[in-house]
Amino acid sequence: MLRIDCEGKHFSQIGQMIRQTAEKEIFVDNAQGHRYIAAGVGGKNIIVNGTPGNALGAYLDGSSITVNGNAQDAVGDTMNDGLIVIHGNSGDAAGYSMRGGKIFIKGDAGYRAGIHMKAYKDKFPVLVIGGKAGSFLGEYQAGGIIVVLGIGTDSKTNVGYFTGNGMHGGKIFLRSEQLPDLPQQIIARKATAEDMAEIEKYVGEYCRYFGGQVEEILNRDFYVLTADSANPYKQLYTSV
Amino acid sequence: MAINYIYPVYEVVRDFGRCVNCKLCVGQCANGVHFFDEKKGVLRVDDAKCVNCHRCVATCPTRALKIVKSDNTYKENANWTVDSIKEIYRQAETGGVLLSSMGNPQPLPVYWDRILINASQVTNPSIDPLREPMETTVFLGSKPDRIVRDAQGKIVDNMSPQLKLGTPIMFSAMSYGSISYNAHASLAKAAEKLGIYYNTGEGGLHEDFYRYGKNTIVQVASGRFGVHPDYLNAGECIEIKIGQGAKPGIGGHLPGAKIVGDISKTRMIPAGSDAISPAPHHDIYSIEDLRQLVFSLKEATDYKKPVAVKVAAVHNVAAVASGIARSGADIIVIDGFRGGTGAAPTRIRDNVGIPIELALASVDKRLRDEGIRGNVSLVVGGSIRNSADVIKAVALGADACYIATAALMAMGCHLCRSCHTGRCNWGIATQIPELVARLDPEEGCRRLVNLVTAWTHEIKEMMGGMGINSIEALKGNRLMLRGVGLNSKELEILGIKHAGE
Amino acid sequence: MLREGEVRIPSGCAISGIISRRGRLTNGEKIITSIATMHDRSNGLGGGFAGYGIYPQYADFYALHIFYDDNEIRKEAENFLYRNFFIVNMSMIPIRKTKRISDEPLILRYFVKPLDARLHETNLDEKEFVARMVIKVNTTMKGAYIFSSGKNMGIFKAVGYPEDVGEYYRLEEYDAYCWTAHGRYPTNTPGWWGGAHPFGMLDYSVVHNGEISSYDANRRYIEMFGYQCTLMTDTEVIAYVIDYLCRRQGLSMEETAQVIAAPFWSTIEKKPPEERALAEYLRNAFSGLLITGPFSIMVGFEDGLMALNDRLKLRSMVVGEKDDMTYIASEECAIRVIASDLDRIWSPKGGEPVVIRVNREDK
Repeated sequence: MLRIDCEGKHFSQIGQMIRQTAEKEIFVDNAQGHRYIAAGVGGKNIIVNGTPGNALGAYLDGSSITVNGNAQDAVGDTMNDGLIVIHGNSGDAAGYSMRGGKIFIKGDAGYRAGIHMKAYKDKFPVLVIGGKAGSFLGEYQAGGIIVVLGIGTDSKTNVGYFTGNGMHGGKIFLRSEQLPDLPQQIIARKATAEDMAEIEKYVGEYCRYFGGQVEEILNRDFYVLTADSANPYKQLYTSV
Repeated sequence: MAINYIYPVYEVVRDFGRCVNCKLCVGQCANGVHFFDEKKGVLRVDDAKCVNCHRCVATCPTRALKIVKSDNTYKENANWTVDSIKEIYRQAETGGVLLSSMGNPQPLPVYWDRILINASQVTNPSIDPLREPMETTVFLGSKPDRIVRDAQGKIVDNMSPQLKLGTPIMFSAMSYGSISYNAHASLAKAAEKLGIYYNTGEGGLHEDFYRYGKNTIVQVASGRFGVHPDYLNAGECIEIKIGQGAKPGIGGHLPGAKIVGDISKTRMIPAGSDAISPAPHHDIYSIEDLRQLVFSLKEATDYKKPVAVKVAAVHNVAAVASGIARSGADIIVIDGFRGGTGAAPTRIRDNVGIPIELALASVDKRLRDEGIRGNVSLVVGGSIRNSADVIKAVALGADACYIATAALMAMGCHLCRSCHTGRCNWGIATQIPELVARLDPEEGCRRLVNLVTAWTHEIKEMMGGMGINSIEALKGNRLMLRGVGLNSKELEILGIKHAGE
Repeated sequence: MLREGEVRIPSGCAISGIISRRGRLTNGEKIITSIATMHDRSNGLGGGFAGYGIYPQYADFYALHIFYDDNEIRKEAENFLYRNFFIVNMSMIPIRKTKRISDEPLILRYFVKPLDARLHETNLDEKEFVARMVIKVNTTMKGAYIFSSGKNMGIFKAVGYPEDVGEYYRLEEYDAYCWTAHGRYPTNTPGWWGGAHPFGMLDYSVVHNGEISSYDANRRYIEMFGYQCTLMTDTEVIAYVIDYLCRRQGLSMEETAQVIAAPFWSTIEKKPPEERALAEYLRNAFSGLLITGPFSIMVGFEDGLMALNDRLKLRSMVVGEKDDMTYIASEECAIRVIASDLDRIWSPKGGEPVVIRVNREDK
């Protein structure tokens, strides 16, 4: 086990310590905006105490990260594999372009969560947001699953504006009373038992990390959003 | 049926005196121009399908074919040109955004052709490159701003990671998907042979090409296709693509139809799904965010790779470059408005951005005025057509040039500007296996190596003429250039004098 | 006709130098004799000398030699000097009128020290402060030109043949442990004295023969660091390059030579690993300061003299030694005329610096 005290350290020192240690278990204490923690790192279990900086777990390649606190922008940017668990909220663009692995956010996510998420073969990204999500949720989404649970919120939709703009693959699950305004290319429907079976394990995992009853959470209306085409702009062009 | 307003641009002319009815042309044309009329027993053509790629012309064993411009005429009008009329008809018919390929073909100024190069006479000797050493080696990367010594007084090596090029020319980004496997293979092999670099483009790196890593620049664009830690570590340099000269300010879009087989595997997205690159990187909304992406890449690769940032030449490119030079980036790439593309909206390609010559001159000056030119290397692209363009670019201040259109032509491209159709008869901008097979990577490599070798010889000749025997002494050496037929504002921006001054 | 500084004037030249490793003084007449031998290498449009150790009584003061076009600009410049320096002595530089030197400006000499208050205010070290003040005068005060600014050294130059310039400045009245001299062959009639060599910056003085082809690459690089090339001459840019590399980056003269006349990459590759790494580092780190084209230069500095040929050795240069004395000149005759009996005489290879350091304890 390695303990890193961020106090007085530059992010590059912390990065180097994480990359160089043979220890699998790493505690990163007193994080105060230190960026790029565990960028591109695989095979470690990292516990961050404090407020990690932007691009936490960028290009993450199989490590697991637990944040005891809030995370800032671009959590899990272009993440390939692994697990990020945030005991708090996340900033903007969480899971930008993630291709694999899972991100669990106990509370709210900022703008553009899950933007350009994509899946490929055994790579299947999952983003679970416990509270509500900001606007442009799942913009350009091409694969994977985004789940917004809306726990403890009183809003009727739990998301901001322009959800699923440019979405052309994957699924968004919204646990909410009603649907938000959606762009034309999105198909929305009430979740079926089959749909629910798909997310049950992720909700279970959420409850394991943050508490709560799986049945209670699942026992509400869920909507499923998908794209009507994997080729949303096919008709846009004419060639010269 | 609606009337087709558009008359074909080209006429395919067959000399029946020469034609031996071998039907090779039928097989060679993926556009279906040539067909055999069984009833009449003759070869016929559908001119409307011809893109003037010259495949049939070049492969016809009896030289029976030629392609001429149709002399079908509209009423002459200096304002409403033939092209503008046809584009109106096309859009009125389809309601679509006009799409085209390759670089801006409009008759806008080519400043390279208005710049002349110096040579020594008497006061300074010219140097004979065939017998005297003539150095074209270039290192790209950030240079230290001060000398640091250890306790023993020895100079500490505080140099950031560098790219070493045998000649100041590299193959610029063209993704696997926009061009074929065999085209990528040709570029990779040629880069290795030449001691330079080719660029993966934004479509990931095919597993077969990891072995050319020593000569590879991997690109990270907004879609992050195929980007993962192994990919980032596979090359010698990481290029962040912000923009492209052919289409500044907009993203990319590889239609699902081209996401097949290995393309899907390399991009790591399902076959048939569109590969959409958003216009911006959604983790970069400001210059400080660029710094964030630069350093997240450096962290992920343990500071072992220089990071390049590629931008399109736009109006405030000098300020943009200044910001990049202070972002931790090691190399700035500027792509001029004549740069090529596999597909871009025509209006954007032809109207957005500025010439690379002016952009380069103002960026180099700005970085020097701020005293930060040494922080970064400067690479320019966007229609570098020959070795004289390279010399002029270096003398204006570039460290090296990127070529792509010229490289494609070396591999057989005839600049028919129809890449977006995906039916490239030369096996370059296509994924159709029978067409791809027409480009032999060994032959493609040989021709690329020839091209760059020939240019390098010419560069040495011109350097020798100027009395310069090392390319770094040419860098930013604007006294070696003179303008001709340029106005004083243009000369001022280029930082050169007029011929005769 | 454009004046020097408004247009780039290529020029060829003759150079000569004398130095005593033990710091023994040589009279100025000797260096005049030497450079005069190479009369045909100059064309009467510029000559000059630099002497080190000539002002022992003011050794701790910067000796500023200044050309003024008229008394008006002199007044303005002196006001500027008063505001920035403590001036311990000022005078006209003694001259001897001759028909062969005409159109002379006012030529004054000041021994100065920066005012403590100004150093404090600008937060600069003493040398950097002096350098900036010199650049300021030379770039902003039209008609005033500081052409020498070192300690216990001085540059003397004019339009004319070097031997006439030496006579004009009464160099027989000066003794130096190191002298350099220059005869110029410019390709027009500049009619301005500032363009003659040596060119100086603080203690560094440069005389140069040849025309460099890397001029604008070097100029545009060095101007990033506060230098302004106002003369458009090779010598000026080389002096700034030396000042930047030696004083500001702390490189030795040998290391500096590895930058400005860097070995070819093919030569570097054949060196042993450690030398190779250093050579590659220096060449790459300061690639903008590689000087190409023909040159032979002599650089006078506080502790000695460095002579260097371009790496192709396109200019002639000969070095002779006798006891503690070293003589360097474009042609052997210029050495033989003042030192017929030599222990050794040779032509240094291209790009290989000859550095002679004065042993000051011995002095």
